[in-house]
Amino acid sequence: MTDVLDPPVDFAHEEPAHEEHHGPTGILKWITTTDHKVIGLSYTVTAVVMLVIGGLFAEIIRGQLATPNGTLVSLAQYNELFTMHGSVMIYLFAGPFAFGALANIIVPIQIGAPDMAFPRLNALSYWLYLTGSITMLAGFFTAGGAANFGWVAYAPLSNSLNTPGSGADLWIGGLLLTGFSAIFTGVNLAATIFYLRAPGMTMFRMPIFTWNLLVTAILILLAFPVLTAGLIMLYADRHFGTHIYSVAGGGVPVLWQHIFWFWGHPEVYILALPFFGMVTEIIPVFSRKPVFGYKGMVFATLSIAALSLGVWAHHMFTTGVVLLPFFSIMSLLIAVPTGIKIFNWIGTMWRGEIWFSTAMLMAIGFVVTFLIGGLTGIYLASPPLDFFTHDTYFVVAHFHSVVMALVLGGMAGLYYWGPKITGYLLNETIGKIQFWLLFIGTQVFTIPLYILGLQGMPRRMAVYPHDPQWQNLNDWSSFGAVLIGLSTLLFVVNIAVSWKKHPAGDNPWDAHTLEWFTTSPPPHHNFYRLPQIRSERPTWDYNHPEHHALAHGKHDPEASAQ
Amino acid sequence: MKVEAKILLGLGLFFGLMCAVYWNWSLENAGGVMMFAAMLLGFLPGGYYYWWSRRMKARPEDDPTATQEEGAGVVGAFPGTSIWPFTLGMGAFMVVLALVFGIWFLVPGLGLVVWAMLGGTAEGRRGGHV
Repeated sequence: MTDVLDPPVDFAHEEPAHEEHHGPTGILKWITTTDHKVIGLSYTVTAVVMLVIGGLFAEIIRGQLATPNGTLVSLAQYNELFTMHGSVMIYLFAGPFAFGALANIIVPIQIGAPDMAFPRLNALSYWLYLTGSITMLAGFFTAGGAANFGWVAYAPLSNSLNTPGSGADLWIGGLLLTGFSAIFTGVNLAATIFYLRAPGMTMFRMPIFTWNLLVTAILILLAFPVLTAGLIMLYADRHFGTHIYSVAGGGVPVLWQHIFWFWGHPEVYILALPFFGMVTEIIPVFSRKPVFGYKGMVFATLSIAALSLGVWAHHMFTTGVVLLPFFSIMSLLIAVPTGIKIFNWIGTMWRGEIWFSTAMLMAIGFVVTFLIGGLTGIYLASPPLDFFTHDTYFVVAHFHSVVMALVLGGMAGLYYWGPKITGYLLNETIGKIQFWLLFIGTQVFTIPLYILGLQGMPRRMAVYPHDPQWQNLNDWSSFGAVLIGLSTLLFVVNIAVSWKKHPAGDNPWDAHTLEWFTTSPPPHHNFYRLPQIRSERPTWDYNHPEHHALAHGKHDPEASAQ
Repeated sequence: MKVEAKILLGLGLFFGLMCAVYWNWSLENAGGVMMFAAMLLGFLPGGYYYWWSRRMKARPEDDPTATQEEGAGVVGAFPGTSIWPFTLGMGAFMVVLALVFGIWFLVPGLGLVVWAMLGGTAEGRRGGHV
């Protein structure tokens, strides 16, 4: 483990004999590409567009709730809005952004692979995601409006009697397409990570981001087929006269909830793990230290995945037909590996030389916000407390703390890897203003909702009783939502302002992993050359030959805290 | 290959234990069946990897002291561009729209799907830059 490497030269750029790729350009490039970087960029842009669409729905919802008897939208429109807000954010933004966008671009480069294992399947994933998104949103243009049964589509509300109209069918169809897209991406990621690693890149030298994406891929393969099967049965119930979810024909409505949440809770970790991974890449780089407790992180990720399959019915405590102690214990257990992760993030920053770049600020904001969301999740894992708060704004506040943490983590990822993807740095000043707007906005938005929930305000209601305190809390929450909206706007402004201004160079952050070894943006098939891989930080080892590559558990602070 | 196998087998084992506890305790079938299937998803590929890991040499990516030269050679076929994923995606789109807008959408939809499958397979057989 003590190889002395050559001093850094312009090694990554050499070898002009490398066969340049001459493909089509323009729209034909977008349609025919199988390059994981271009597909990943398409994913990123589409997902950010979905974030803006879902965000607009959220702003309308918060506008409606700013007064007790809001008249911004009708009651029926409100149902469509909160359904589509949840659906767009979960199905069309968070998931695809997590495992389609940055993962697609970064994972193959981090392990030294020329592309994803199945490039054409990768392209198909994107087209299914795009067409699925269009299908779901097309519901707004049908006579009956978009789906309006909540993003969870509980039976029997979602049957053809209670929710007629093609908006609901388009919702199901869109989910089928995006579901297959996710499954194909899962297959692709797992195969890439298992089979296309560079020599010397053993499993326990993979960057944590890649580890998390591997576990995410496994979870996708466990969870998404269940949802797809459930949706096909739902469609059959609506149109082919089956009675799988209807009592009238001998079916079981709560079966839908079992199937939905057997997908739905692993989905939470499918969303969260990639962002955990991003943050775990960013914090060590900007603390000038190796990650604290690498193996602990890996096993924490694996145990989150293992436990996540056994917690689905904590969403169903109030149905009265689930095994409360089992699901309560399993849900509480998840706090242990998650706690390990938070401990390790803090341990990584401890005594580091912290560089408060925008990416690092966003990552710290993620840890804080996720901690709030995670701790309130522990309350909800306890059935007596859940009976009290189920379907109140407390639950809404809990999962918005979690998903807003993911937005912070995603922004951290975009600021960190953006220069690698585009070749240009983003403006740090605007980035820091964006961070403070987003971070403060998130807390101002969620904390009043916790109080409202404990006071008993139910979710999914377009109007609420005249109560000065409730209105006051709702107004604060709406104000927070405006701050979040402004921060997203600032991100778009930042892209416009920094467009092709400051070239990033190969490694603007003096980072650790292989994607920073190649050029920005990387060439077709990613690398001209690869360094020897002797630790989980091959690029750092190459750029800092004065430091010996360290084996796990031997992080000498003298040698590594530079 | 061993580490990959152990991860999948370990997950399968955990799901199996959880399935046994849950199914016997709750007597609820939907979750029991789904957990059983999850166990299989750990065991089937995990068992396959394990079987192979005992019969093959460590690959360069499994060897902590491997040099980049050991990875020389053809890694795989990575088509640079292809129109067929787009064609297949549009076909699938139309098939799904048939659920809503009428069964006749299946005609162009399945047509595109079949065309893309034939085209994509032929492209794969030609190999190289396609």
